[in-house]
Amino acid sequence: MRGDPRTLSAALRGAAWLLAGVAIAAVLILAVSGGAAGSALSALWRGSLGSPAAFFSGTLVRATPLLFAGLAVTLAFRAGILNIGAEGQLLVGAAAAAAVALRLWTLPFHLQLVAALAAAAIAGALWAAVAATLRRRFGVLEVISTLMLNFIALHLLSFLVRGPLQEPSGIYPQTLSLAPAMRLPVVVPGTRLHAGFLLALVCALSIWWVLRHTAAGFRLRASGANADAAASAGRIDVAATTTAAFLVSGALAGIAGAVEVTGVTFALYENISPGYGYSAIAVALLARLHPLAVIGTAVLFGALEAGAGAMQRDAGVPAEIVKVAEALLILLVIAADRLRGGDAMRSRRAAPASPATAGAVA
Amino acid sequence: MSAEAVDAFLQAAVRTATPLGLAALGESITERSGVINIGLEGAIIAGAFAALVGADAGGIAPGWAAAIAGGLAISALFGLFTVSMRADQIITGTAVSLLALGLTATLYRLLYGSAGAALGIPTSGPVVVPGLAQLPVVGRALFAQPLITYALYLLVPAVWWWLYRTHSGLALRAAGESPEATVAAGIGYRAQQWTGLLVGGALAGAAGGTLVLVQTGTFAEGMSAGRGFIAIAIVALGRWHPLGVVLAALLFGGANALQFLFQAMGWSVPYQVFLALPYVIALLALAGARQRRVSPAALGRTELAA
Repeated sequence: MRGDPRTLSAALRGAAWLLAGVAIAAVLILAVSGGAAGSALSALWRGSLGSPAAFFSGTLVRATPLLFAGLAVTLAFRAGILNIGAEGQLLVGAAAAAAVALRLWTLPFHLQLVAALAAAAIAGALWAAVAATLRRRFGVLEVISTLMLNFIALHLLSFLVRGPLQEPSGIYPQTLSLAPAMRLPVVVPGTRLHAGFLLALVCALSIWWVLRHTAAGFRLRASGANADAAASAGRIDVAATTTAAFLVSGALAGIAGAVEVTGVTFALYENISPGYGYSAIAVALLARLHPLAVIGTAVLFGALEAGAGAMQRDAGVPAEIVKVAEALLILLVIAADRLRGGDAMRSRRAAPASPATAGAVA
Repeated sequence: MSAEAVDAFLQAAVRTATPLGLAALGESITERSGVINIGLEGAIIAGAFAALVGADAGGIAPGWAAAIAGGLAISALFGLFTVSMRADQIITGTAVSLLALGLTATLYRLLYGSAGAALGIPTSGPVVVPGLAQLPVVGRALFAQPLITYALYLLVPAVWWWLYRTHSGLALRAAGESPEATVAAGIGYRAQQWTGLLVGGALAGAAGGTLVLVQTGTFAEGMSAGRGFIAIAIVALGRWHPLGVVLAALLFGGANALQFLFQAMGWSVPYQVFLALPYVIALLALAGARQRRVSPAALGRTELAA
């Protein structure tokens, strides 16, 4: 299968893509920073990889939600589901985690944290279930429905932090700060790196294992690669398989929101995600939808975003430049694939229930 | 309920519907040619930002020209990938939207700094149509609007005439129904799809221009606020027909303006409900559009049958 990093050439291609990402970001920064390019790039370095503190507290902390959400996008895309809704699933996950963590007493063995993460996974899966149902029952293209659900989640969050979940004084649009027992433990002493990152690594390995070595993983890949062939030759229930992948994808994105609340912000507020769910699309595509490669691209984007923050503070270069770099990278991947005669998505999408709907794709 | 409340409701409905209607009318043409442009959101925000730059430099007319150019540029980028290279329309469109949102935010901060919010440019005010504006109930809502709204009224029959009564409109629709047939007929589909995309891009740019030059007089990062995606839902709800599309846009405008009615009735509902309502209606509309087999047959397809 193309993009398998077990072969040397694929690993080299992966490294080339990472280099391309860094190069695009650097060129853009040079272009917009004018005379201050030197100080902008040095701020980018200082804020991302320049010191152990920057690497653990900046890069890896930013990479954690990107890794969860990137895995969510990877799993869905591999099943032929274009889940653009990781952002919304992340937001409802964050809200669910906060709601649970604000109410639970301390339980043994960090069970209260497990409960918060589970609530987030369920909330994310339910949010994805809306789009999955619309797709399966009504043939609504999931790209549109998940985008709509992102906006609805944003307004839902805005309501929650001004209503049921607002701190008691009612002044600030946010929740109370989480009690220490409700926070994910720090794993590298003296930094902000929390256990969520390790959990994300475990998820990446598990998803890789499931996709590569299990029957369920095979059914998922077959459904995404060619739905008709999977159904007729492989006797695979494509609808059930893709729906399951969609729900797990939503759950992963929900957990991304939960680790952000319990590991970084310790409170819920409106701008809790700087678009992690959208960056995750670039993270997944750049990794060629390979779960292990997602670790590398998530760390790369974590470094870029952490560095961009430092760059904005120290050199006045807008941090949004990183979003431009991410979008250009997606286009670059698409163009490179087309020039090789392939498809940016190696899989042909499974057709929705009805072909005669908004944007039904044959 | 007072007449003033009804009037405020209807005026707000038409006001919200104008940029949505422009973008959706353009997207309906694009989709008739067989291309679904998820980059529409990007074309709108590019149009809005270009309108600000143009108006800041030269006034309202250059502002409109720049808005249309901005929408055209983003749609041309999308077309380069999807029509010329036959790349996946959904992925490309998502990337193009993200690119335009990031690029406009970056340029806005670079060009206007943090004081950007204070930036104000003159807006085009309403023009009252004598006679028609005196019609009962709907008169002022429909005929005391800015010129761009009247342009939208005139575009509906014009687009209908083009698509259904001219040879070039037939060729464009043929590309959306069967690109193979257009190849066999010797007209090809690429030129048709480029036409559909560029007309759609120009109208999306005008929709962005409306936000800046007519409705707010300023620019804000991400001010397109999902209108591009809602417009795609509106096209389906309007069954890819010019009149249907504009009526569907009015429905969305009405949903958005419900808050004025609720205020007038003294009902208290969290304002986020009204903000989320258009997206909820869009989902319901898409689900309801299922049974109508009226979408262009080759919509979104990148491979030609052998």
